Amino acid sequence: MIDFTLNGEAVSLDVPPEMPLLWALRESAGLTGTKFSCGIGNCGACTVHLDGAAVRSCSVPVANVAGRAVITIEGLADGEALHPLQQAWIDHQVPQCGYCQPGMLMAISALLERRPDVTDEQVTESITNICRCGTYERIRSAVQSVVQKTDEDLDEENGNV
Amino acid sequence: MSDELTPPSASTPPTEPSPEPITPFGKISTGAGKRSRLRKWTRRAFIGAGAAAGGGLVLGVGGIVFSPNRLSYVPDGAEGEGHLTTWIRITPNNHTTVLVPHCEMGQGALTGLGMLLVEELDADWNLCTIEEAPAEDIYANGYILHAFLGEVGVSIPGFMGRAFDFGSFKMAQFAGLQVTGGSTSTRGTGVFGLRLAGATAREMLLEAGAEQFGVSKAELVARDSRVHHEPSGQSATFGELVGRASELDLPSSPRLKSRDEYRLVGTSQDRADIPGKVVGEAGYGMDVVRPDMAYAAIMRAPVPGGQLAQVDPSPAEAMNGVEQVVQLDDAVAVVAKSYWHAQQALDALEPQFTDAGLGHVDTATIRGWHAAALDEEPLAEPTQGGQVVTAEYCVPYLSHATMEPMAATAQLADGRLDVWCGTQDPLSTRGVAAAVAGLERDAVYIHNQQLGGGFGRRLPGTYDYVEQAVAVAKATAPRPVKLVWSREEDMRHGYYRPFVMGRFQGVVDEPGRIHRWASRFTGRATDGLEADPPYGIKDKDIAVVTSPAHLRTGEWRSVAASQHGFFAESFADELAHAAGRDPFEFRRELLSDAPRHRAVLERAADMARWASALPDGRARGIAIFESFGSIVANVCEVGVENGRILVYRVDSAVDCGLVVNPQQALAQIHGSVIFGLSAALFHEITVKEGAVENRNFPDFNMVRLAQAPRVNVSFIESDAPVGGLGEPGVPPVAPAVANALFAVTGQRLRDLPLHLA
Ligand code: FES
Ligand code: FES
Repeated sequence: MIDFTLNGEAVSLDVPPEMPLLWALRESAGLTGTKFSCGIGNCGACTVHLDGAAVRSCSVPVANVAGRAVITIEGLADGEALHPLQQAWIDHQVPQCGYCQPGMLMAISALLERRPDVTDEQVTESITNICRCGTYERIRSAVQSVVQKTDEDLDEENGNV
Repeated sequence: MSDELTPPSASTPPTEPSPEPITPFGKISTGAGKRSRLRKWTRRAFIGAGAAAGGGLVLGVGGIVFSPNRLSYVPDGAEGEGHLTTWIRITPNNHTTVLVPHCEMGQGALTGLGMLLVEELDADWNLCTIEEAPAEDIYANGYILHAFLGEVGVSIPGFMGRAFDFGSFKMAQFAGLQVTGGSTSTRGTGVFGLRLAGATAREMLLEAGAEQFGVSKAELVARDSRVHHEPSGQSATFGELVGRASELDLPSSPRLKSRDEYRLVGTSQDRADIPGKVVGEAGYGMDVVRPDMAYAAIMRAPVPGGQLAQVDPSPAEAMNGVEQVVQLDDAVAVVAKSYWHAQQALDALEPQFTDAGLGHVDTATIRGWHAAALDEEPLAEPTQGGQVVTAEYCVPYLSHATMEPMAATAQLADGRLDVWCGTQDPLSTRGVAAAVAGLERDAVYIHNQQLGGGFGRRLPGTYDYVEQAVAVAKATAPRPVKLVWSREEDMRHGYYRPFVMGRFQGVVDEPGRIHRWASRFTGRATDGLEADPPYGIKDKDIAVVTSPAHLRTGEWRSVAASQHGFFAESFADELAHAAGRDPFEFRRELLSDAPRHRAVLERAADMARWASALPDGRARGIAIFESFGSIVANVCEVGVENGRILVYRVDSAVDCGLVVNPQQALAQIHGSVIFGLSAALFHEITVKEGAVENRNFPDFNMVRLAQAPRVNVSFIESDAPVGGLGEPGVPPVAPAVANALFAVTGQRLRDLPLHLA
């Protein structure tokens, strides 16, 4: 039995310890929002938060999460209130097929948590998730619509430079 | 029974079978003699209307049925040959539901198609729900054919060949085609079916309004789901009028709007599928869960045509959670209590496969075959004087590599088969599944799921994952089983964009004009159209040479245009340089008799400020290509750093006739640029010992944020018919990058992907 906190609730899963977290989430916990695509930690479709950090769940043995807190796309919103990134994804109509988007949202929300004023360049450098549908242009605008602007940014926008 | 039309209702999930057969013609059921028919439309569409159960108006428009020998449509008396492609239902509470015969794979087809209908209906978009039609034969999408016929005479697009009885032209009925692909969604169904349906329903509502207000129909207007009589200030909702409207005869000539009357079409509307996709609720084929379901992993013979020779199942059977090892003719599958258990156990097996005598084939062998095929058909020596330019280009096999690997869930129980999967064509999937199960089509139910990418991988003829799932389900019956392909299996068993080689010859004279354009290339007989450039050149000699085959091939986003865009627009650039001309000005001049192309080319050059200076080490390349009725020109700004090709910016100008939903149109071009760029920079499926070598994304890399250029898009509206948008953005990407690279480095790269020397 592996015990951990999943989207704020204690769970206990009867799975082999070496099973990747991805499959424990999808097939034992019944949360299919976390996606399988490459299975080797390359594409980011399976990204979840582990104690607040983005991890690629296909490459994390479920034993490693014992006693820790996992958040999946199903738990990103605060109850009925969408996470600001989710709302931005709707406002900017980001997804096409949508298959990569849970992973994108989890990866970028963890980054924003660390760097609320993240720049476009930093997003570009640190987010290596694949979107085969090519939604990157809208991802960039959606992210920038929710970052906290620093005073300098605001000055620049207001033409006070 | 008389007005008992039983349309799929909103409470019925779209892919559930209807309990009773759906009557295609509402009026028909009141007696054949009373059937109303649109005289003007008889030859191209069937239409029927009636009262919905519970009140309200239901109206359906049917597809085209071709007569055997000519391009006229079967007129009266062809019951059972009509194929309803579109339904509208308006209920007394003033809600409109539209059923559209296309599936959603992220291209916004449902929204765009719905908009075309709602525009003609003059309904309030916010009071409308757009749904996908179920996989029933009467929805088969005959209009798709017409979209292509409008473009290419009588040739049938390649992807239909497998599912199409060319001799009878009875495509939809014969083959059960309900397809999303070939960028036909907004072209075919939209223009010919949905608009007609919307306009017909509006006329009937206006007629009902005229009766209610006691005024002439000509004094009424429909707007926002209401009928208004402006002189008296009276108005009624559609919902208040549907009862009467459903009893009326069909109007004889519903009027379609002209484009300048559009209020909804041309405005950006949100897609209904997006909220579910940001909270993890969207259900893809991969996500299906059925009670008591088992999971399966599979490995197929790596060499095409190979068979399973033998396998010792015991290592897998000894493993925890494994239920059984299933041996198929050409594959071995493991069924277990989770996919992970199944895949682990599969990896523990050492199956032996035959290689169909092809175990010696590698990429170099294939290249040699193509060269030899072209050697058989040499280009004639040019007769004109001038500088002769020749070039040989080559593009590799490419995988669709959808983000969602193939997956399907199947259950055989009580004489029926249920299949849950993502498919671009539920109807032909049904036929495929029925054949494997040995059941009649009627006993097969396809429950279509969201597609985690299609790009042509889930089109008719490519349902091997469904066949396998059904084959494994025979072994697990009556339990359902979900078959999941690993990424590695997906990479090795695609329906690849073909390997293609082309040889080109051109003649330019001293003032810098082209006198000849000749080419031979490997491919399919139907590929010639894409290879004919729009340029005004008198002496053209273009022909296809039958391609040698090794890997399975299929339709890959933009199909043959994907290679011909690269070939033709690279060669046009070579001719421009040979003539000592600016590549933009050179093309522009050659397009003087092609005003749409010329306008698109000029727009792209303007957007990129073609003639302006760039930082050192950067240059621009230009390319223009027409496919699926749309013309796209790209200017790419490219540089090289530490031997790596960097694409900074893409300016894309597009003429697709009419832009239905601007924001979705934009998204399609964005996506096409990225798709084309991944192919230009990274993608190459290679073959060794007969089998695909590539395994996963590290050896079939994708453009990610760090490589994604800024993309500017501009649409030019024209009077042309509505063109496709999902694919035409792809072909002009690779040549624009290659042409820019030549300008930066002086290296002319004639093979994809682009590798600098
Ligand atoms: S599925 Fe985990 S990184 Fe791709
Ligand atoms: S939206 Fe389809 S893969 Fe990203």
